[in-house]
Amino acid sequence: MRDVFIEKVYEKMRKNSMIFFLSADLGSPALDKLRNDFKDRFINVGIAEQNLINVATGLALEGYAVYAYGIAPFVTMRAYEQIRQNLSISSQIKPVNVNIIGVGAGLSYDVSGPSHHCLEDISIMKLLPNFMVFSPSDWKLAEYFVDYSINIKMPKYLRFDGRPLPLIYEKINDAIFKKGFHELLKGKKVCLVSTGFMTHRALKVAKELQGIGVIDVFMLKPLNENLLFKALKKYKYIITIEEGFINNGGLDSLISKILRNHRSGIRVKNMGFNDKHVFEVGDRDYLHRLNNLDENSIIKIIKEWTKQ
Amino acid sequence: MSNKLIKLLKERAWWVRKETIKIHGISPDTRLASSLSDVEIFTALYYGKILKYSPKDSQWEKRDRFIISKPHGAISLYPILADLGFLNKRELKRVGENGSLLGGIPDTTIPGFETINGALGHGLGVACGMALALKKKKSKSKVFVLSGDGELFEGAVWEAIMFASHHKLNNLILIVDNNKISMLDYCKNTIDLIPLEKKFQTFKWQVRTADGHNIQEVYDSLRELKEEGGDYPKVLIANTVKGKGVPQLENDALCHIRSLKQGEVINAIKNLGKV
Repeated sequence: MRDVFIEKVYEKMRKNSMIFFLSADLGSPALDKLRNDFKDRFINVGIAEQNLINVATGLALEGYAVYAYGIAPFVTMRAYEQIRQNLSISSQIKPVNVNIIGVGAGLSYDVSGPSHHCLEDISIMKLLPNFMVFSPSDWKLAEYFVDYSINIKMPKYLRFDGRPLPLIYEKINDAIFKKGFHELLKGKKVCLVSTGFMTHRALKVAKELQGIGVIDVFMLKPLNENLLFKALKKYKYIITIEEGFINNGGLDSLISKILRNHRSGIRVKNMGFNDKHVFEVGDRDYLHRLNNLDENSIIKIIKEWTKQ
Repeated sequence: MSNKLIKLLKERAWWVRKETIKIHGISPDTRLASSLSDVEIFTALYYGKILKYSPKDSQWEKRDRFIISKPHGAISLYPILADLGFLNKRELKRVGENGSLLGGIPDTTIPGFETINGALGHGLGVACGMALALKKKKSKSKVFVLSGDGELFEGAVWEAIMFASHHKLNNLILIVDNNKISMLDYCKNTIDLIPLEKKFQTFKWQVRTADGHNIQEVYDSLRELKEEGGDYPKVLIANTVKGKGVPQLENDALCHIRSLKQGEVINAIKNLGKV
C-alpha cells in the first residue's frame, strides 16, 4: 500500500510545488523515483526520527504539506515528544500539515523481533489531541487518502502495513471514506470489528463462519461514533481484533467506549496481544497462532463464546 | 555602531531587566535567573533592529523568524513585546494570573512567539525546517534561534546541528545563551561542554563568541553574523551570567529554580541602580 500511496504523492508533487517528502533513511521501490525526480523536495534526514519531525514541523509552519516517512515504532515512539509538542500542541493554535507515515504496523516486521513490532501506535497516537489517525486495510484506501493528506491541514498519522495486502475495497467513494469505517459484510448476531491487516483475517474467519459481520475501521480518529454505533447495534456479539496491546487504548477501547456511552447491552470480546512483548521467532502467522489470533483460534473462540 | 545607539540599548537593557524582576514579583514561578542572562540578547535583536519584525502583523511574511528554544528564559521578552506593541502593556501586570495571556512559559497564543517550545532541544530542528522552507521560497528572511547551553545536552539538538551544516543553511543563526548552569548544577560538573566553539567548528558552523552582557559586542556580533556571507549556519556563543544583575542569583548553582521573596524583589530592583 505504501508504494501506491507514494506513486500518488509523486503525481501530486509534479503539480504542486508546496509538498515536501522527508524520510528517516527508509526507502521503498516507489520512493526511488520520487527522490530522484524531486531532489530539492525529497530529504533523507538520516537515522534521526526526532529531527525528522522537527524539520517537518518547520517546513509545515512555512506552509508546506509534508510527509514524514519512517519505520512505524521508531517514527512514533522515538519522536513522541517532538510529535506531542511540535504537532499536537502546536497545531491547536497554528495548523501544521505533517503526515507521518509509519511503515510496519503490528507484526509486519515479524522476524525482526519486539524492537520492530509495533503494538502501541494506535493507542499512543489516538491519544493526542488535534491528530488524525488513519489505518488503511488496503492500498485503495491508502491511495484515496492522498488528497485528504494534502488538503486537510492538521497533523496525521498514517499507519501502513509493511507487507503487500490484497485488495478489499473494489470501489471507494467519498461517502464510504468520510464515514471512517465500512461494514464489509453484514451479519446477523456476531460482528468482527478490525483495522489494518487484521481486517483480512476477519474476512477469512467470516468466510468460514457464515453469517457473521465484518466492520473495517480505517479512520481511528476522528470517528463519527454515533454512526458507528448505528452499525454495531444490530449485533448481539462484537469481537474486536487488532494487532496491538488490548485493554490499553487501542481499537478495543474505542469500541467499548462507544457501546458504554450508548448504554448498550451488546457483549464485547477483545482480541489482540496481552500485556507482553513477543520474543518468539517466526513469521506473522506463526506469531498470531501463539497469541490466538490465527483463523482457527478466532473461529474456536467465537464458537465457544456465542454457543449459548 | 553610533554612541547614540549604544546609549539607547544600554538604557533599554536596564529597563528590560527591571521589568523582568517586576514580573517575577507578580508571578514567582517564572524562571527569573534564566530570563536575566539573555536580556542583552533580546535587547540587541529587537531594539537594535537586527530582527525584522512587525508588531502589527506578527505573521508578516518578510519577518525574520525567531525561535526561542528556551522559553522559560523569555520572561524578559514580555516587556519588550509589550513596549513594541505586540501586546497590551496591561498584560505585564497580570502574568500568571487566572485567565491572563502571559504564563510562565510563553507559547504561540502570544503574538511574537513562533513555535511551541518548553520541552527543550526542539527549537533548532524546527528552525532547520523553516530555514529550508525560506530558501526554497527564495525569501531573504533569516531564522534566529535562542537556546541555552544546558539545552545542548539534548541529543536532538545535535541531529539538527549536523543537518543544518549538511544542508548549508546559511540563513540560520543560533544564539547560545552560555550561562553555564542548567537546573541542578554547573554544566561543567554535569557534562562539560568545553570546548564549545570547537564543537561547532568541527560541525562546519561559523562561530563567534561575545560577552553576552556587553551590549555593543552582542549587537556587533549579531549584526555581522546576519550580514556576512558564507555557506554554513552561524552560531553566536554569548557568554553570560545566569541571574545577571541580581547578586544572590548570580552566585547560586541552584538559581534556576530560585524564586525571590517580595522583599528581595524590591531590593533587587533598587540594586540595579541607574543605567
